[in-house]
This record gives sequence, structure tokens and C-alpha cells, in this order.
Amino acid sequence: MKAMKRERVPGKKKAHQVKIYTLSTCGWCKKTKELLKDLDVEFEYVDIDTLSGDDLVEANEEIKKYNPYRTYPTIVIDQGKHVILGFKDKEIKEKLSG
Amino acid sequence: MNAKQTIIDSMNENAKDNGYYLCPDAQLFSDLIDGLAKNTQRYGYGSCPCRVASGLKKHDVDIICPCEYRDADVDEFGMCYCGLFVHERIKNNPSQLGPIPERRPQEIIDAALTAAETKSSTSEETTLHPKSVKKTQTITVWRCTVCGYLCARETPPPICPICKAKAERFEPFALG
Repeated sequence: MKAMKRERVPGKKKAHQVKIYTLSTCGWCKKTKELLKDLDVEFEYVDIDTLSGDDLVEANEEIKKYNPYRTYPTIVIDQGKHVILGFKDKEIKEKLSG
Repeated sequence: MNAKQTIIDSMNENAKDNGYYLCPDAQLFSDLIDGLAKNTQRYGYGSCPCRVASGLKKHDVDIICPCEYRDADVDEFGMCYCGLFVHERIKNNPSQLGPIPERRPQEIIDAALTAAETKSSTSEETTLHPKSVKKTQTITVWRCTVCGYLCARETPPPICPICKAKAERFEPFALG
């Protein structure tokens, strides 16, 4: 199976691996992407609602590991060391500082 | 009139009828309306921009905006799940807008997303009734003492959508 397509947003801060699961239609997901850009943190995102077929199945399996509720945005830091559900801006900043 | 303005007008009217307000964060409001317009275009119905739709209407009916969970969420958190509809206290304090827990039952979400993955749009399974059994068994029916309007929800609505009487004019209503 070919790997599902992720969008990579470059940033100067690469101390943490940041993956976010988002919806292209969701205003809170958009806020999350903008916050990470403002923080200049490098991250990858997948807009789940734009996927279909095998990619969708793969993405759903992946997000379920971190967030069984599959709500968006789901922010996964360092392979699940921290998982933040929703646009909790203070928590996102805190976990990514340093 | 463009699609976006049509949605704004209809949501505005709905908010007024029900004693709610629309999202006080202008950027978020605009993004949510864009999301609703996109969902309307791709699915044929305006499902919640902040939830995953299955694309199968029978699995998404409960999250078509205004969703089935809005009233309970505005009662408890002052805003619906995406923040499009808010209580007056959030309208006056927009900084209180923020993530709230998902009220939509997990089994409904799982069933919808499994159906979407397997594309079982032609299957004849029964339509799920999103409100959990427990909730429908314990929910209160409220009667507007001014016009007689009845509604089933945890607390009375801020205003009667029919005659605009305030919440204090509602009383619990028991059958029989």
C-alpha cells in the first residue's frame, strides 16, 4: 500500500515531531495550523475529509491509536508522547516550548 | 445571492428564533460558514464543518447543522461543538470560545465512519437514531406556558421559538 499523502509545513523549530489530523472545513483545525505556523514549528498535517479509499482507512487506523474518539484537530507530538485533542492553544504552546 | 450568504441568512434566522447568537469570532465564523458551504456542495447537505461526515446522509443526519447536539451543548458549555451557535454569555465574552467535548455518541461515530470506509451506501441496515436510549428515556418535556409549545431537552430554551416568551415561562410537562 502506498503511503498516504501528508502535507509538510516547514518551520525553523524541529525539536519535536508534530503531526496533526485535521479537517479542511474546520475552523478550529485552521486555527491550529495557523498557531503552529506562528510558532514556526515544523509539522505535518492530514486533512481527513479529503481522503478516500485506502488512504482514509489508513488515516482512520492511525488516528484511532492516539484518539479513539477521532475528533479534530488531534495533535500528536513525538509519536504520541503528548496527544492534544482540540485547539488548546496554551497546552500546544507549553508542550512545544523548549 | 451566493451560497455563503444564503447559509449565513438561514443560520442567523435560526439563531434568532431560538434565542442564540452566531459565533462572535469573525474569522472563525467565516471559516465555519465556508466549511458548511463546502460540505453542502460535496455531500448535498450542510454537515458540521468540525466533524467527519460519512458522506452517507442516513449516517450524518444528526450532524447536519444545526446539529442534534446543539441545544444541550449551548446549555452546558455556552456554545455548540463547532462554535457557530453560542449563548449570550459567550457572545459577550468571545475569549471563552474553545474546544468542548464531543457529545455525539461514540457508537454513532464509529458506525458512520465504518460505513464510509466500506462504502456501504446501498446496504439496507436500519437508520441509527443518534440520541442514545438513555437520553430519550430521561429527557424532560418543557411546555411554554404562554403559547403551549412543547420541546424535549435538558433545560428550557432561552426563548420560545414560537412566541418568544423567555425561559422562565416554561414549565416541565408530564403526560397523562
